[in-house]
Amino acid sequence: MSALADLSAAAIAEGVRARSFTASDVTAACLERIEQRDPALNCFTTVTRDRALATARAVDAAVATGEDPGPLAGVPYAVKNLFDIEGHPTVAGSKIHRDAPAARKDAGLVRQMDSAGAVLLGALNMDEYAYGFTTENAHYGATRNPHDLNRVAGGSSGGSAAAVAAGLVPLSLGSDTNGSIRVPAAFCGVFGLKPTFGRLSRAGTFAFVNSLDHTGPFARSTADLAATYDTLQGPDPADRAQADRPTELVLPDLLGGTGGLRVGTLDGWFHTGATSEALEAVDLAAEFLKASPVTVEGAETARAAAFCISAAEGGSRHLANLKSRPQDFDPATRDRLLAGALIPASIILQAQRFRAWFQARLAEIFHRYDVLIAPATPFPAPAIGEETVMIGGQRVAMRANIGLYTQPISFVGLPVVSAPIRRPGKMPLGIQIIAAPWAEAVAFRIAAALEAAGIVGAQIAPC
Amino acid sequence: MMKTTGQHALTADQVAAYADTASKVLDLTIPEAYRAGVIANLERLFQLGDLAMSFPLPDDIEVAPVFRP
Repeated sequence: MSALADLSAAAIAEGVRARSFTASDVTAACLERIEQRDPALNCFTTVTRDRALATARAVDAAVATGEDPGPLAGVPYAVKNLFDIEGHPTVAGSKIHRDAPAARKDAGLVRQMDSAGAVLLGALNMDEYAYGFTTENAHYGATRNPHDLNRVAGGSSGGSAAAVAAGLVPLSLGSDTNGSIRVPAAFCGVFGLKPTFGRLSRAGTFAFVNSLDHTGPFARSTADLAATYDTLQGPDPADRAQADRPTELVLPDLLGGTGGLRVGTLDGWFHTGATSEALEAVDLAAEFLKASPVTVEGAETARAAAFCISAAEGGSRHLANLKSRPQDFDPATRDRLLAGALIPASIILQAQRFRAWFQARLAEIFHRYDVLIAPATPFPAPAIGEETVMIGGQRVAMRANIGLYTQPISFVGLPVVSAPIRRPGKMPLGIQIIAAPWAEAVAFRIAAALEAAGIVGAQIAPC
Repeated sequence: MMKTTGQHALTADQVAAYADTASKVLDLTIPEAYRAGVIANLERLFQLGDLAMSFPLPDDIEVAPVFRP
């Protein structure tokens, strides 16, 4: 039965609807897989076993009476523990919010997943309050990379990426403010989507940086990622930041190919500090896509501006607890939040003005290109506990450099598919496939073409 | 000790003095055990903030977030 846990989301939904097996069988297989593998990985902070089994039985009952449970019928999934799950406190990686009242209803995206027939298996580990890139959480422990248990999974959605990479679930949800979907997807060798800012609902998620937060899915194939993204689209009046956009499905045109698409490779800042293997990963995709080099002015300043806005908004959000119980924060986030609370407003307003300027520069580039590609990270997953990393013969601070290439892109809200380059026998590395605002479908087409060509792809890690 | 923060130089002592004053304004007590870490992070934020502050923006650029009442 454990083979059911290896199936793709598409194969599970098809099998459940065709009555080849039941949602209850698949759910039991994934729960068993979690019991077997998660003690070594530390992805899950809560397993919602009773809810999962009840949801699966409801899906099976619907199938038995001829109803269509939805496109994700019986597909197990889990969510970063900043998504509200009814009846559970939303801890957002913290000790402090263990004391919070239980959520009275599910987050908007959880409701949409369940409406499509998906089965929630639990909540996943993350950096405290989403402020980090490694998921080395002082309260809940480090999530380990399924490709090498001595290495980090990336963060802040580390549990979400590792759970999919390890075959605990075929799908998961996370959030991305500065790279928190794209980085762990790259480190764990799975696909991740950070959609356009304002595309997907953030209602019922614990905010980190209101002006930069995005939500999005993880999967092991572009088809599963596309099906999940299509399920997640739709208006949610409870999210004040959501844009008034129609649902634009990507699955129907996923295999539309790359014909006519103009692809650029970001250079300059997006090569600075990169290891040779990170650049070689991008070159593999660039060669296939016949991409030409593109320089975007101001990328370093964009990254710096996003860094300052994140610290300031995070510090402001947590100020009351920083005053009353600073000892209860994760040491990895506490000093940065305290410093962020002290930044002068003028810096933040200037950073937000620069955001508008940088957005205009990218808009100019997207007149000439349909897609831009760049490394997701400068290096593969570092060892747990590592403070520095070697780049070009120099030892540099590790955490401060993980988000160099993701931060400028989320700063202006562009949609990105993070795709894992196939590197048999080596630690995973990812590329960012970046499209113009609202053009997720184009990024998906490129990712699917690279997947079909064997350049990118994900498999369950043999952990 | 002199620290360079982009084009705008602040000494470590000046950053520490700022941290002490700004935290008083916010009625935020920074425990002594965290003070060095907070000042180090604030120095880094000022270095990065200086990149944005020194960038020559045209007068007609407005802040990016849009409030929809």
